[in-house]
Amino acid sequence: MFILLGMPIVEIIIFGFALTNEVKNSKIAVFDQSADQASVAITQELNASRYFDVVKDIHSYSDIDAAFRKGTMKLAVVFPKNFHEDLLHLNKAQVQLIADASDPNVATTLTNYATAIILDYQDRITQGREVPYTIKTEQRMLYNPQLKGAYSFVPGVMAMVLMLICTMMTAVTIVKEKETGTMEIMLVSPLQPFKIIVAKAVPYLLLSLINIASILLLSTFVLGVPIQGNLLLLIGEGVLFIITCLTLGLLISTSTDSQQTAMFISLTGMFLPTVMLSGFMFPIENMPRFLQIISNIVPARWFYSIVKDVMIKGLGFTAVWKETLILVGMTLALLALSIKKFKIRLA
Amino acid sequence: MEYVIQAEKLSKTFGEFKAVDEISFQVSKGEIFGFLGANGAGKTTAMRMLCGLSIPSSGKATVAGFDVYKQTELIKKNIGYMSQKFSLYEDLTVKENMQFYGGIYGKSNQFIKEKTAAIIEQLSLQNEAGKLVGSLPLGWKQKLAFSVAIFHEPAIVFLDEPTGGVDPVTRREFWGMIYQAADRGITVFVTTHYMDEAEYCNRVSIMVDGRIEALDSPHGLKKTFGTDSMDSVFLKLARGAARSAD
Repeated sequence: MFILLGMPIVEIIIFGFALTNEVKNSKIAVFDQSADQASVAITQELNASRYFDVVKDIHSYSDIDAAFRKGTMKLAVVFPKNFHEDLLHLNKAQVQLIADASDPNVATTLTNYATAIILDYQDRITQGREVPYTIKTEQRMLYNPQLKGAYSFVPGVMAMVLMLICTMMTAVTIVKEKETGTMEIMLVSPLQPFKIIVAKAVPYLLLSLINIASILLLSTFVLGVPIQGNLLLLIGEGVLFIITCLTLGLLISTSTDSQQTAMFISLTGMFLPTVMLSGFMFPIENMPRFLQIISNIVPARWFYSIVKDVMIKGLGFTAVWKETLILVGMTLALLALSIKKFKIRLA
Repeated sequence: MEYVIQAEKLSKTFGEFKAVDEISFQVSKGEIFGFLGANGAGKTTAMRMLCGLSIPSSGKATVAGFDVYKQTELIKKNIGYMSQKFSLYEDLTVKENMQFYGGIYGKSNQFIKEKTAAIIEQLSLQNEAGKLVGSLPLGWKQKLAFSVAIFHEPAIVFLDEPTGGVDPVTRREFWGMIYQAADRGITVFVTTHYMDEAEYCNRVSIMVDGRIEALDSPHGLKKTFGTDSMDSVFLKLARGAARSAD
């Protein structure tokens, strides 16, 4: 009943707020090598616009790289030396925009906004002059130079498929055994409940591993998205996420008694948040604060970020240990909760 | 006399609610013990405690010589159970079901093979052995489910309304099987709503509001209550119930 009445409300709110590719107050790095009149003016314009917040403590290209790896920034604006001089004497100067294109949509939006602001400045200072100033923006798309959509949807699809198969199928099969009464027979048998659950989960673990393998093979050989990072690490994280999903399915199964309910909860309660709040369709940074907070409890969000870091950016474990730890924590909490619920049902 | 089930002031409370209220009884080896009561009287809860599925709130009980508090794993090894819901895998064949349940109880392949052949013979299922259980008629399924429940030769078999929805002829055949099992020394603990079935039991207990209000042979019960059918014995007792049936 709660689901029936609450679902449309939640859905509308999520769609209404999250369904936006608009960028607001996105943190950008400015690496200003000339620090002159023009570069400072442009930086101020960027900062003044509602799209960007400028972070200034960037003093080298490696600082930019580090910020991208940490995922705190998605765009860096680099002014070369003698920016103002070039503009005055040569009438043209260059600005470099470096974007983290592992999410191509965000990268495109950010660079477009930044370019627009710079061009705006150029037009303003050109006014009333015979020879126009031209500021050329040179764009560099990091990690995904061709801005392929596949770079962002491969990790997303992986999270989605695993969530769907593991959570829903585990929940449904266990509830099915409850429905047919075979679960009761198992429970009166000498089999330990723990073993029953593990036995129910193992087939889906294997199935999901095959799915991961096929997704990775397809993305490498058909879509041309190479695996930049360590394959073993990627698979290890995959297994971790599968286990998270399995325990989630287990929890659903302990709280429902019919296959339909289990299916419904898995679909609307798990699948939709995975699609909308994992950052795969809509960037989390652009969501309103409360949705950002909610997105923290969506396991797929962390997995999506891990896969993106490892697979697309080629980062190692040091970059994703925090996300990994969160997933491990979630899994343990879910497991503890479902074991407790399972025991209550037995007592 | 050797008792395979002994309960003494066995109780189960959920919060304030006394689902089972200090029941005491013994069941001897090879006995067919009828466990009657209206819906909601506490039969299922009592049975779950005896099967090791639920830990009692207070009281003592042993099943097949094992304690219901501490030795539930050993109890589970030594009992068979058949619920009112049909509980074989409908998408496995007759043979596969028997292999599966034999395996769960840790029986050897040899044992499973011989036993499967014997049951198929006994139920004349030679032609159906390779068919999916889901395709069998209900009566056959129930008989098969009972055979599977005693597949591992348990000391006691618990039957929870085993004949619900089954036609009278099959019910009679079913009880034939129960007698055969009892003759082999398997104790049968059965709940039922059919009063003619209560007559088949060696002894019958009737639960009302979580307590056992009467316990005797069907003949003895009828004598005590001065009627000639179990039906009226049951009605006399059940009408006094404070709890309404669910």
